[in-house]
Amino acid sequence: MGMTMSQKILAAHAGLDNVQPGQLIMANLDMVLGNDITTPVAINEFEKHDFDKVFHKDKISIVLDHFTPNKDIKAATQSKQCRCFAKHQEITNFYDVGQMGVEHSLLPEKGIVTCGDLVIGADSHTCTYGALGAFSTGVGSTDMAAGMATGRAWFKVPSAIKFNITGKLNKDISGKDVILHIISKIGVDGALYRSMEFVGDGIKNLSMDDRFCIANMAIEAGAKNGIFPVDEQTLAYVEGRGQRTPTIFEADADAIYDEVYDIDLSTIEHTVAFPHLPENGKTPSEWGDIAIDQVYIGSCTNGRYSDMEAAATILKGRHIAEGIRCIVIPATQQIYKDCIKNGLVDIFIDAGCIFSTPTCGPCLGGHMGILAEGERCVGTSNRNFVGRMGHPKSEVYLASPQVAAASAIAGKLATPESVKGE
Amino acid sequence: MIAKGTVHKYGDNVDTDVIIPARHLNTQDEKELASHCMEDIDADFIHKVKAGDIMVGEANFGCGSSREHAPIAIKASGISCVIASSFARIFYRNSINIGLAIIECPEAAKEIKDGDIVNVDFDKGIIVNESQNKEYTFPPFPEFIQKIISSNGYLNAIKEGKFND
Ligand code: SF4
Repeated sequence: MGMTMSQKILAAHAGLDNVQPGQLIMANLDMVLGNDITTPVAINEFEKHDFDKVFHKDKISIVLDHFTPNKDIKAATQSKQCRCFAKHQEITNFYDVGQMGVEHSLLPEKGIVTCGDLVIGADSHTCTYGALGAFSTGVGSTDMAAGMATGRAWFKVPSAIKFNITGKLNKDISGKDVILHIISKIGVDGALYRSMEFVGDGIKNLSMDDRFCIANMAIEAGAKNGIFPVDEQTLAYVEGRGQRTPTIFEADADAIYDEVYDIDLSTIEHTVAFPHLPENGKTPSEWGDIAIDQVYIGSCTNGRYSDMEAAATILKGRHIAEGIRCIVIPATQQIYKDCIKNGLVDIFIDAGCIFSTPTCGPCLGGHMGILAEGERCVGTSNRNFVGRMGHPKSEVYLASPQVAAASAIAGKLATPESVKGE
Repeated sequence: MIAKGTVHKYGDNVDTDVIIPARHLNTQDEKELASHCMEDIDADFIHKVKAGDIMVGEANFGCGSSREHAPIAIKASGISCVIASSFARIFYRNSINIGLAIIECPEAAKEIKDGDIVNVDFDKGIIVNESQNKEYTFPPFPEFIQKIISSNGYLNAIKEGKFND
């Protein structure tokens, strides 16, 4: 029986010729990731069980991104614990304030993950690296501890859903609209336990940033991983960044899929997920009049340079509506520098936005933009659960950077087309 | 390995916030976590649960965040095993990793009722509902999952050299 792309990567890392859906395997890891919230729990477990050395100092990444620069004493204590552990274990990929960025943007940017890798991370959005043709998935802290100690993890081999992508996106429509469209089609548990494998002619029309954004939100459909085939764009992206050589895996022609969906990119409209589930996607004719208080442009979903550029293009020479706070946070130091170099920061500040150092901050209601009771935010992040960005009675609308920027100008949920020429 | 006890039955989509509400995540103490287990949907649970009892849910059990506190709270409350029609992925692996036995068996999950006395033979892969006189089978855990559960957790099993091959 043929294998899917995900199954092939798992088989190769388990030293097996073939794996079947449902099979439990032990596999070798290329990278083990943790952040300032999940790593301390993993360190406690690691130490409680008397492991003294990590399996490989170059194959562990610890990124202090959630509550940093530290928002309070508890957060500072957690960061300190990570810092001491990383120093003691001589972990090379340790990213503290000054070098860090939002982990799922940082790892691909630095070439810490590459095509064909098997990656686990104690963070549910670890699935982002599927954009590179890697198998990467979120786990708990015990798995991170075991991964750091042994370099291995166990997996239940997933079956897959195939998304056959054709066509080309229209202007100002992005990967975010594609994934919100897909999640509203299949639901928040539509891909439970399974891989989402994206294939087809239309993939070449999706930029790497679009692919990162789509793979990032696979978890929001309950998926174990989301994965893209490796093409010229992928290889161009990893070239010169990689600490390791990329390996290309392809699904077998006779691979079995549970379901197949056809997605024509040219039919996708601006899609916004209304509170309080990512599956509540609505297109402009269904939006109605949604007055807002805050706009947040950033996160591991949409904090990359092209996202910053898309927002800046709409905000250029304009000013955000009175009474709106617009918080723009590039995902990494490199993106931050590029925004300065190319004049984007001037555009944001002149438009009345703030532009901050990289952090997860507002995405998880951590700091830097918490919502009060009854407030509404249009955010480019990935979750709009009850209380995600602050008060349990606040609301988050998930959108693309284009829609977020347009909404900041309009003071309400708006399309980029509707604010042009205003 | 055998588990036998009284069933505590719940429905679909039992999420990790219901299993252990976020307001109690400021501790990692197992006993304290257990004392709040299920409190938002079943305030009585913690008073009636006895060591060895079995929890049964239906679809998508353990959905929501990746917090390990959820299976820790269930295990520390005395529950010996959880049976459901399906489990959310990260909950499933977190449970195995901390040594909480977990079985996917849609038929059993549907038919077992609250208060039934159920007996699970993990080696043979058989669930016996003594109250209803019904029997269900499930594929036994592969050897390495059995190793984890019998060592009371993944890290213990590694320490005991069970994965040295
Ligand atoms: S940006 Fe948000 S979703 Fe992404 S890693 Fe940070 S907290 Fe998680």
